Amino acid sequence: MADEDMNAKTPNADASEIKRAKVEAVNKAEERSLYAPRKKIHPQRAKGKFRTIKWFMMLFTLGIYYIAPWIRWDRGEGMPDQAILIDIVGRRFYFFFIEIWPQEVYYVTGLMIMGGIALFLVTSTAGRMWCGYSCPQTIWTDLFLVVERFFEGERNARLRLDKAPWTFDKIRKRVMKHTVWVIIALMTGGAWIFYFADAPTLFMQLMTNTASFDAYLWMGLLATFTYVFGGLAREQVCTYMCPWPRIQAVMMDEETLAVMYRHDRGEPRGPHKKNETWDGRGDCVQCRQCIVVCPMGIDIRDGMQLECIQCSLCIDACNGIMNKIGRPEGLIAYDSLKNFERRKEGKENVFRIIRPRTIIYSIILAVVGFIMLFALLNRSLLDVNILRDRNPLYVQLSSGDIRNGYTIKIMNKSTSTQKYSVTFSGIENYNLRADGINEYDDNGNPIVTVERDKLRSLKFFVSAPVTNVVDSSMDVTFKIKELESGAEDIQSTTFKGPR
Amino acid sequence: MSEDKKEIDEISGVDTTGHEWDGIKELNNPMPRWWVYTFYVTVIWGVIYMFLYPSIPLINDYYKGYFGKTLRDGVHEELAQVKQERSQYSDRMATMAIEDIKNDGSLNTFAMEAGRAAFGDNCAPCHGTGAQGFVGYPNLNDDEWIWGGTLDDIEYTINYGIRGIHDDTRFNDMPAYLRDELLTKAEINEVATYVESLSNGSIASSAEGQQIFVDNCAMCHGEDGKGMRELGAPNLTDAITLYVTDRDSIVDIVSYSRGGVMPTWNGRLDDATIKSLAIYVHSLGGGE
Repeated sequence: MADEDMNAKTPNADASEIKRAKVEAVNKAEERSLYAPRKKIHPQRAKGKFRTIKWFMMLFTLGIYYIAPWIRWDRGEGMPDQAILIDIVGRRFYFFFIEIWPQEVYYVTGLMIMGGIALFLVTSTAGRMWCGYSCPQTIWTDLFLVVERFFEGERNARLRLDKAPWTFDKIRKRVMKHTVWVIIALMTGGAWIFYFADAPTLFMQLMTNTASFDAYLWMGLLATFTYVFGGLAREQVCTYMCPWPRIQAVMMDEETLAVMYRHDRGEPRGPHKKNETWDGRGDCVQCRQCIVVCPMGIDIRDGMQLECIQCSLCIDACNGIMNKIGRPEGLIAYDSLKNFERRKEGKENVFRIIRPRTIIYSIILAVVGFIMLFALLNRSLLDVNILRDRNPLYVQLSSGDIRNGYTIKIMNKSTSTQKYSVTFSGIENYNLRADGINEYDDNGNPIVTVERDKLRSLKFFVSAPVTNVVDSSMDVTFKIKELESGAEDIQSTTFKGPR
Repeated sequence: MSEDKKEIDEISGVDTTGHEWDGIKELNNPMPRWWVYTFYVTVIWGVIYMFLYPSIPLINDYYKGYFGKTLRDGVHEELAQVKQERSQYSDRMATMAIEDIKNDGSLNTFAMEAGRAAFGDNCAPCHGTGAQGFVGYPNLNDDEWIWGGTLDDIEYTINYGIRGIHDDTRFNDMPAYLRDELLTKAEINEVATYVESLSNGSIASSAEGQQIFVDNCAMCHGEDGKGMRELGAPNLTDAITLYVTDRDSIVDIVSYSRGGVMPTWNGRLDDATIKSLAIYVHSLGGGE
């Protein structure tokens, strides 16, 4: 049978014993149609160093994803003890020692910028490494394939099973496969919601069927998408839904590393017979192993294609064959377009990782990272927001004095209740008063008490004799000082008056 | 157009529908199937929806739908539910003294927000969205209160109004000294100069004007012109006026009298809302 397992018996077989797989690339441009039904891809498992790296990446990323919400972090009485928690109701984001308030979402913006630049950097250096090794779509598809292989066997067995009639055995295999898929999908959705609530509590609620509707809804949604994307749609997600393949080209140049078939070495391709010379022909023996292992269903020998997620499994497959037929590895390898020209001119391969493009991306990444780190380390536990009343702009009192109203929001981000003194400056003979505050210091400035991790919004009234209001808009300042630590926040605003 | 022979377009290789306009022929590129199926599903859904909800106009009535209700009913249900949820606050507020509400943290927060909303709906047309007032409509931010500015005073004013329809409404009536022939034009001019001097010391007034004021105005506005809250007589000496303060306006007011009307809100708004309004107005900066 021509369609036999290729990673065959004898370790140092002659090239003539390499049998050719009967396979055509599914995702050729001319094969691709929006209306044609999808052709199922049955990738064969590759063996090699890139496959090992991918196993490791899968363990690593899935490990973080599933374990992270269970890490505890002591924040004291009455505070959540989960290391990573997105508290939607309490409007806080906890990440180990960092607690982010809604006013500080710019940290998230910073992280997104860093994520974007890092993606640019990786892409300009080594193509779509993100896609091939760490994209959730790749990871979960890989995981689902492990399950499929476990129940249905390797590629050829799966092909046979697809064509086979619906016997009890086939139904049993299919049911088992889908059951495990659904379990994995539910665990994926389940792990996601643990990031948004106390994980042990929510887990018990899920077990006793007492969790909130939202928890089930999100778990169900994410489970559905995991099952559909990872189990059923697979490469369709990358080819038709993901925007990244379409825009990655702008980040790549001729020095960018990418998984490539070295056609200058491989062509002309063709079957090779025992004792035949390798002169005057290429190293490609037309075994089609690169197509067989490809999870995207493409033929890498057709050149760079948008479907290619650069997972390097074709490198592993081809290297295995090259070893068997006694030719050097690297017929398919990470290579740059420039190297094709270099080889044509008889020069050595050069891998230029450090280029203006990668240097600029690295600098931007470092700068944003340092700004983020600096902002985080110098983060104040006191945050003040002052809004001057605009309706009315000012009020004339019966004594003729002019009064302005200000809404001052004091955010106490520390872990204990704090007292703050509020002082005003900018106008002579002012009178400062706060609605609902009866505590004043020796100089007559209001003292505001704010509980820990709370925001307090207060209305302040500043009045001054009309003779001191020399301009229709005067620059004034409020100083909010934390009495215990002396931390202060000085904010300028304006005082409006007539004339 | 003939049914039996297909005409193939040379350039695209697609057959034509046979339709031709000015030498341009229509290619037969049918819509994608999924699109057509989606369209059929929406049509079926539309028919189902028509039977579920009110849809067909009849001669004197309309078809009420299988559910017998409209989506608007859902809005009413939700509003009733919101009211129900709020009742835990509003029921308590209705029976509590307003001072106690002000001192109760959560009730005060609720009252402030409810008051702010109710003010926008009911009070803003006259007093302004910022309660800044207009000529003839008092500014509620300042510290002058014609009828008093304590929580209870404000609550009473909102409840019964000023010159309103309720028996307990706040009421006063300034005589129209010229129209009622109580003073002559010359006397009114004298007293107007005196009134103007009360709040603006740089204006000289005559002893005669002061005497006229003591004889006619002091019984309500006080000998020193500082007003009298029990009667709702405004303070004439401070920097705030309800109507314009130029001399002609003062002459006009003394001659013909002025006085606005504030509606009686008792019966139009519930007790909890009126208390919320009083607390909100009290907090604007002039509360006593």
